[in-house]
Amino acid sequence: MLLKEVIYLVQKDFILEWRQKYAFNGMLLYVGSTVYICYLSFSLRFSGLQVPVWNALYWIILLFTAVNAISKSFTQENRGRLLYFYSLVSPQGVILAKIAYNAALMLVLALLCFLFYAVIIGNPVQDVPMFLVSILLGALGFATSLTLISGIAAKAANSSALMAVLSFPVMAPMLLMLMSLSKNAIDGLDRSLSMDELGTLGAINVIVIATSYMLFPYLWRT
Amino acid sequence: MKNWWKIVTVLLLLYAVTMGLLGDVPRLAILNESIRNLYFHVPMWFGMIVILGISVVYSIKYLKNPTIHNDIVAREAAHVGILYGILGLLTGMCWARFTWGDWWVNDPKLNGAAIGMLIYFAYLVLRSSFAEQQQRARISAVYNIFAFVALIPLLFILPRLTDSLHPGNGGNPGFGAYDLDSNMRLVFYPAVLGWIGLGIWILTLCVRFENLKFRLYENA
Repeated sequence: MLLKEVIYLVQKDFILEWRQKYAFNGMLLYVGSTVYICYLSFSLRFSGLQVPVWNALYWIILLFTAVNAISKSFTQENRGRLLYFYSLVSPQGVILAKIAYNAALMLVLALLCFLFYAVIIGNPVQDVPMFLVSILLGALGFATSLTLISGIAAKAANSSALMAVLSFPVMAPMLLMLMSLSKNAIDGLDRSLSMDELGTLGAINVIVIATSYMLFPYLWRT
Repeated sequence: MKNWWKIVTVLLLLYAVTMGLLGDVPRLAILNESIRNLYFHVPMWFGMIVILGISVVYSIKYLKNPTIHNDIVAREAAHVGILYGILGLLTGMCWARFTWGDWWVNDPKLNGAAIGMLIYFAYLVLRSSFAEQQQRARISAVYNIFAFVALIPLLFILPRLTDSLHPGNGGNPGFGAYDLDSNMRLVFYPAVLGWIGLGIWILTLCVRFENLKFRLYENA
């Protein structure tokens, strides 16, 4: 029952996104121009970035993209339609569907960002499959922790500033783990060294999804 | 005798402060006399965790049973927790300056503490952005619980995975360096209990004051 609801809601989100392409195209342009600004401001024509800087810059670009992309997940629907959903589906279905949809969106954006970033700034990654795993976990993690916060921020008065303030500290542990995981992948270290980070990231994701699942009904009712 | 614990708190703190400043401490290289900071810096974090824990418990209680009282306790506990966190950071910074050589070092535990403070400042900003009391109380309770859950990996799990200068990290137990001297425990444990007691005392005073204010201004 819940699963059917979730699948239906995710479908609805994809159709909505497809019909109003400006939002998605806007995000793509955001990623592209941010990467290009970084390229210009580091004046990289002759020398590449050092590995730690490359890594940190990539995740910071992705963090800002995620905050921008996910902050609109509860504001793009008007009040009337939200009330209509309220009478049809359970809040758990709504939050799980939003998390799934945002994770897919972030995954696409992160992969495109990596592609663009690698072409323009250069690609020092030695263990590409492992780096893709860290991107996958990162997209999932960003989506899980930002979805509930975007729900919180959407209720408040100036939601765009609040979104950043509320989300950055909560994202910090995840971001640190992601950076060390992807650093290992860039340096091509043995994969057994990254198991700690993989386990912790997975655990953080599970905890955050579980708390979102339990807390969202209280947010939804207001 | 309802207030026995307040008397115990005062006695414990008097004992801990006098013994902490005048008592005998082991002479260790680098640490020297700054080892006395153990009685002031570490209890601040114990106190902060306990009081922020109270804040979360009352947020959960608010979601189950939305009363003004539960909301006031959650908010005031966050205030007192922030006070303890700032004192913990300041005492820790002094200690870092004289043992590690700098006011701030890039260390997982320090970063965790600083980000934890940011989370609770964000909580206060969130509270102030709602005009309507019930909406404010419910949504900030949701954020409080979510943030506390996110804080746990930060403070307890991450520092233990990475190497750190701070005792209690990189696999060594928190008391590794001080295990030699059990006299220090005789002062340390009373100090912890005393500072936690003082925090709860401050909290009860704040809650009574806010309750009175609410009764005076809202239900006049």
